[in-house]
Amino acid sequence: MSVTSSQMPAGAAAPATPDPELPVSPRAASTRGRWAGWWFLGPFMLVFVLVFIAPVLYSLYLSLFHTQMVGGTQFVGFDNYIRAFSDGAFWAGLLRVSVFLVIQVPIMLAISLLVALAVDSGRLYGRDFFRISIFMPYAVPAVVASLMWGFMYGTRFGLVGNLNDFFGWNLPDLLTPDFILLSIGNIVTWEFVGYNMLIFYSALRVIPSSLYEAAAIDGAGQWRVVAAIKIPAIRGALVVATIFSIIGSFQLFNEPAILQSLAPNAISSSFTPNLYAYSLSFAGQQQNYSATVAIIMGLVTMVIAYVVQLRGMKQEA
Amino acid sequence: MSTNRRFRRRLAAGLSVAAVTALALSACSSGADPEAAAEEGGELTVWAWDPTIEDVAAAYEEENPAVSVEVVNVGTGNDHYTALQNAVSAGSGGPDLAQVEYQATTQFTLAEALVDLTEFGADELDGTFAPGPWEGVRSGDGVYGLPLDSGPMALFYNQAVFEEHDIAVPETWEDYVQAGRDLQAADPDVYITNDTGDAGLTTSLMWQAGGHPFDVEETTVGVDFTGEGSQKFVEAWQPMLEEELIAPISSWSDEWYQGLGDGTIASLVIGAWMPGNLEGGVPDAAGDWRVAPMPQWGDSGFQTAEQGGSGMSVMADSEQQALAYDFLEYAAVNGGKEVRVDDGVFPATTADLESPEFLEREYEYFGGQQINQVLSESSAAVVEGWDYLPYQVYANTIFNDSVGQAYVGGTSLADGLAEWQDALLAYGEDQGFTLE
Amino acid sequence: MAPPTLRVPAPRRSRLSTPSNPRRSPLLTVLTGIVLLYSLIPLLWLLINSTKTQGDLFSTFGLWFGREFSLVENVWRTLTYDDGIFVRWLGNTLLYVVAGAGGATLLAVLGGYALAKFDFPGKKAVFAVVIGAVAVPGTALAVPTFWMFSAMELTDTPWSVIIPSLISPFGLYLMWTFASQAIPTDLMEAARIDGAGEFRTFLQVCLPLLAPGTVTVMLFTMVATWNNYFLPLIMLRDPDWYPLTLGLNQWNSQAGTAGGDAIFDLVLTGSLLTIVPLIIAFLFLQRFWQSGLAAGGVKE
Repeated sequence: MSVTSSQMPAGAAAPATPDPELPVSPRAASTRGRWAGWWFLGPFMLVFVLVFIAPVLYSLYLSLFHTQMVGGTQFVGFDNYIRAFSDGAFWAGLLRVSVFLVIQVPIMLAISLLVALAVDSGRLYGRDFFRISIFMPYAVPAVVASLMWGFMYGTRFGLVGNLNDFFGWNLPDLLTPDFILLSIGNIVTWEFVGYNMLIFYSALRVIPSSLYEAAAIDGAGQWRVVAAIKIPAIRGALVVATIFSIIGSFQLFNEPAILQSLAPNAISSSFTPNLYAYSLSFAGQQQNYSATVAIIMGLVTMVIAYVVQLRGMKQEA
Repeated sequence: MSTNRRFRRRLAAGLSVAAVTALALSACSSGADPEAAAEEGGELTVWAWDPTIEDVAAAYEEENPAVSVEVVNVGTGNDHYTALQNAVSAGSGGPDLAQVEYQATTQFTLAEALVDLTEFGADELDGTFAPGPWEGVRSGDGVYGLPLDSGPMALFYNQAVFEEHDIAVPETWEDYVQAGRDLQAADPDVYITNDTGDAGLTTSLMWQAGGHPFDVEETTVGVDFTGEGSQKFVEAWQPMLEEELIAPISSWSDEWYQGLGDGTIASLVIGAWMPGNLEGGVPDAAGDWRVAPMPQWGDSGFQTAEQGGSGMSVMADSEQQALAYDFLEYAAVNGGKEVRVDDGVFPATTADLESPEFLEREYEYFGGQQINQVLSESSAAVVEGWDYLPYQVYANTIFNDSVGQAYVGGTSLADGLAEWQDALLAYGEDQGFTLE
Repeated sequence: MAPPTLRVPAPRRSRLSTPSNPRRSPLLTVLTGIVLLYSLIPLLWLLINSTKTQGDLFSTFGLWFGREFSLVENVWRTLTYDDGIFVRWLGNTLLYVVAGAGGATLLAVLGGYALAKFDFPGKKAVFAVVIGAVAVPGTALAVPTFWMFSAMELTDTPWSVIIPSLISPFGLYLMWTFASQAIPTDLMEAARIDGAGEFRTFLQVCLPLLAPGTVTVMLFTMVATWNNYFLPLIMLRDPDWYPLTLGLNQWNSQAGTAGGDAIFDLVLTGSLLTIVPLIIAFLFLQRFWQSGLAAGGVKE
């Protein structure tokens, strides 16, 4: 949800469905030479090595050193990793994004799924208007969304303040430590409900009609069709969306970074692991330790994405 | 440090697919004559966030047709230092000159990123600048920049609000706290000031109280917030927080500008550069605001502190240091300084601070008040001997992690400061400094 | 050498949905309407507040218009502020989108095609490596990438934004699944039997079949590049090369410096102007996007 550097929508990443052994005609491979595929994949991989692999290797290398303002650089082996494992700030950040993940992701995906089902059911007035409008926030850059919501959250002059004045409500200050995770969750949900909805909706559109016809013969009701046909049919999409959302949560950065100037005491410099890595590296000149934190986060993210993928697949089978 | 930089640079070059020759370290231009360099001409890049530097560059180019100066705003606040630090560690892509706040000078001096300007005779400018800013650009016997402006602090207050609630202008911090109580009693929507935890304000108020929390001697650092001066701040601020006399509005936010305009925030104790921000950001309150001397901590005579303020330095990676110095001198003491003072910048040069023309200027925004009288007086009363940490920029970014929690009820100021102190010492040790 | 003449129609899955024509439900419409409001109110707020002067912005109700309607004036000021830097940022963003998203789409289409339709050494490792690298947070890569680019003297140039934008792992994944469905292997065989070379087969036979998926990937990479913030933040120093996102954030933070000019009204109007082109692109291309997603994003 905040991955901007890696050029993916919504922190997209792991595929749930492509099978590395898709059927390829053996004849095609043999007659055209074994390396023909590389001519097409080569350009991608060349740039990929330059902008992903090389920096990752460089980070791994950096994580083995310690640079000081006074004293220069020394090789320290795995000291940085040992430090990270006993670093309360890092683990608190990881715990925070985990809580965020466990609460925000299911809510967001549930809303997305319900809207997708509603739009797909054909029972809405003005279906296309719904579909397009709910998707629209996805066009708003995370930076702009955070600036905008930051303005609106203001209890004095923002929308929250307006509503309090106008209706005599007593909405709390959403930028205090108690509510800040909720506020960020709201921004992220707002940005990505439509995006996930569209993924689910697209998956629903390609369910073969024969399945519905069979259900109609059995006399199954609306809810039965949803539970027995629609949900199982789009399991792949659900798994993909879940994995994207998990990676997005773990890499949470833009939203807290922008809100930090409005809520300096609620969003610490180690609020999320990604923010921590940024602060260590750019404000604190601790590039070595920052690289270490980032690598550990990368590993954690990979493991969890992999587990989700495995579980998703198992249930599908 | 420079060997380390070279090492990293080589490493980066080696890792990159397209190998590019590493830039040779810039030749030392010792002995070069700045004026001759200006006649010879060249191109200069300046990184500065201050919009008036553009005007200085234009004026300089007019006087020195052979020179072209490009002013780049690489970001405000920490973004500026991030970019500068990145350029320093990469060893290329940096500017010839950079604006650097006084609190950040030691950090870059220590990294050997700034040129010691004594080789161009900058030490002879001793006495040209007010003591606070001049101290801010010096380190040991070296001069690592020239002051551009200064921020002696004063009390900016909304006279309309003060009069409406019949509040006298506070002369001591005790009065100030009481004024806060009276304002809240009169109208719960009016606060004496705002603060959500601001490292610059906190340290400056300790400075004014005679505190010396940071002690820096070469690469030896000490941090101690338990001293008398620091404690005076705690004693004044803690009750204000507990009684909720301070508006929980972050400075520089949209709500802050709104609060300054509509009377929610009745006063600010802040640096002398504030008038421009009030005029620009709070036009609706024109005529309401006034400037008074900073409230005092006690009976030790009139004392003030600096907040913010910046100098400009010549970067060690620059290949035209002599020319850069010529521009710098122009911007800090010669024609360029005049341009900036005309633009409304609060100067650091004693000649300007004492000139009748400057002192008697009347500000319409401040109801015709000659505010420079107050500000100039403050400049002369800055407590001497203050040190910033050689990693003050980072220190300030983690201020809210610890001390800031006192502003949201998570801890007390004293405990928050103790936690900040521990974090700063731990960081210093990790970075190889010797602890006192 | 005869050109391939075979024309096998692309397999088309008929668009089918829930059977029969269900009755419209007001209740369901109202319930879904809550999400609709949630999505639209902030955009409405932005639109309304872009019509206000800075004074009204601070003093009037957020969801209704201010005393003066100054949208036109705000837009004009946004476009002309600081010698029209906003227009320059818009141009930069377009450059990054065209070069970055265009290039990313091209690479993803080629790569996805290769993964779907060829067997070659190292194929299995490719995706594992791509996914693994993607899980490492961008902030981790920023500093090393900065140093590398700095050594190549690419920082502070458009290349430093464009080159990393060329990689879209999600696009690669999408094209992989799409190509494996959309291009019948028999068709490629037929072209080869006719004597067409690999590139010719790709260009004349396969590329047209990949069009819907290509549009999808292009839209995703376009959004990603348009919204890119973190990477330019690190790589660019000269505001003349900023994209809109970075420029807007600079406008927002310039209120926070001595001598800085507080222009929250322009930040809001600028935000609105940043969103509008993308929304127009969405509306215009949404049909393509729909079909591309349906066929490529998710397998049955």
